[in-house]
Amino acid sequence: MLVFVARRTLLAIPILLGVSLVVFGLVHIVPGNPIDMLMPPEASPEVIEQMKAAFGFDKPLYVQYLLWLLRALQGDFGLSVFNASPVWAQLVTALGNTLILAVLAALLGFSLGIMCGMVAALYHGRWPDKLFSAFATTGVSLPHYWCAIVLVMVFAVLHDWLPAQGMGDDSLPIWQRLDHLVLPVVTLSLIPMGVVGRLVRATVLEIVGMEFIGALTAKGLTRWPVIRHICKNAAPPVLALMGLQFGYLLGGSILVETVFNWPGSGNLLNLAIFRRDIPVLQATILVLAGFFVMLNLLVDIAQAAIDPRIRR
Amino acid sequence: MTQVSATTTDLAGPDLRLSAEAEAPPPGAAGGYWHAVGRRLARDPVTITVTVVLLGIIFISLAAPLVAGADPYTGSVLSRLKPVGTPGHWLGTDETGRDLWARLCYGGRLSLLAGVLPVAISLCTGGLLGIVAGYLGGIVGTAIMRTIDVFYAFPSILLAIAICGLLGNGLSNSILALAVVFIPPMVRISETVTAQARQLDFVEAARASGTSTMQVIGHHVVPNVLGPILVYATSLISVSIILSAGLSFLGLGVTPPRPEWGLMLNSLRQAIYVQPYVAALPGVMIFITSMCFNLMSDGFRSAMDVKLNK
Repeated sequence: MLVFVARRTLLAIPILLGVSLVVFGLVHIVPGNPIDMLMPPEASPEVIEQMKAAFGFDKPLYVQYLLWLLRALQGDFGLSVFNASPVWAQLVTALGNTLILAVLAALLGFSLGIMCGMVAALYHGRWPDKLFSAFATTGVSLPHYWCAIVLVMVFAVLHDWLPAQGMGDDSLPIWQRLDHLVLPVVTLSLIPMGVVGRLVRATVLEIVGMEFIGALTAKGLTRWPVIRHICKNAAPPVLALMGLQFGYLLGGSILVETVFNWPGSGNLLNLAIFRRDIPVLQATILVLAGFFVMLNLLVDIAQAAIDPRIRR
Repeated sequence: MTQVSATTTDLAGPDLRLSAEAEAPPPGAAGGYWHAVGRRLARDPVTITVTVVLLGIIFISLAAPLVAGADPYTGSVLSRLKPVGTPGHWLGTDETGRDLWARLCYGGRLSLLAGVLPVAISLCTGGLLGIVAGYLGGIVGTAIMRTIDVFYAFPSILLAIAICGLLGNGLSNSILALAVVFIPPMVRISETVTAQARQLDFVEAARASGTSTMQVIGHHVVPNVLGPILVYATSLISVSIILSAGLSFLGLGVTPPRPEWGLMLNSLRQAIYVQPYVAALPGVMIFITSMCFNLMSDGFRSAMDVKLNK
């Protein structure tokens, strides 16, 4: 097991390096210099040269990359070119806010998805199965930004039950602002619920058809111990999917955060794009992608811990 | 003499196909297989219904000048944000008084284009790369697959937004960004199925008898892997429609005043306090289209009996 963990961790390093190259390269694929984009057209050449030197854009590309990478490894993402505040501080606050949403949405979506998927598989072909399949297909095809708007329309505009956006008054403690969480969390949980539920249903159906389940039943095991065996066998693929989905929740919440005006990493990214704030943009993408790689690593290790066959 | 040789080829044709079918029924190799797929599809009411709905949406978009009944660009300040059912504007009007039905019809053109084209591009490039990687293996295969792994490290929407945000907004940039996002999964699927097809006896036989690599790929591998790859590509269209409309929704895709469903949803967002039903309509179109593509893909998958292990 230790060997597996070590090997898998080593494999993540070249991927992380590749990710950093892509993030760095994306900015430089765009014709022109990041400073040219920022400076007003009437700026004098001397000022532009000064700015380039100040931000290190006058050095060759590979030197810029290495310097950027070295600083990033130490958690130093430089200063925002929009408001000159440290990027790292902005990023930590935003990531914290996104994590709140992502964790709650994952808990809600995964638990509902697993439950519904199990029920659908165990009642295969009967009405709970058909109902869930229809529901899951809807969940997967829903544009979640539209769903967010519809939820706001129903619960905040037509009925004044829940707040439409934001995180509420900062001076109040978090437990008095929980109502601000309801709509974004429900919106974000729909896709993971549909996707996880579908996979659970398919995996459980496949396992139920296997010989060892028949043998267990023939041995005289009651319903619940058999379900426990099914769960253990269905866990690895479902776990892998849940890891991916959690990563999507972290990195893909930008649309939902925009609708709800939630000050998370997606919102930060959106602002950075429109302000052409390259340091913030690079840092946000790099950290989110880094999270995603780490998450995949953890999932692989967890899978191997459950299923010894994967370790080989 | 000519007649005799023609007869021999005629005989040899079906004979070869039969033996191939007896070994393992390869998708796309025999007419019998496609017949079976057609029969199964004809018996599936859901797939037929969603295909008809999709054809309807495509027809309305293409025939927009005929069915719209109004200009999608001209509106009047006097008639802005009219409710659904207003005489002359049966689906109401948007925030600048433009007829919503007309904008939905014309909007379908860009929304469908921005949703389908990225998948088509990734199908061609990603499919080709995957087939090459799966067939050749070795250093080339490893190089392609490890590069793809790096792009897999980005959550898809994040990568699309990053590319679009840096290249600037616009229809072509959004199509390009989504194509880049869909290439990695396309490569992976086609690499997997190609590596499997490479092991098939008749592919081995073709290689052993000295057929050139290009010919083996073109005549034996591609027809056998095209089915699963196409099924996977259709399942991506649903995601692509949602994402491309999402990019426009963020202001990164199609630029105003051109009609596009995601962009319309964004500009009508402020109107939910005035005309909630009108404001939700563009989203309904995105939802229906994406759902139909999803169900159609499911139908094709089960009719073609394709199992995809991502």
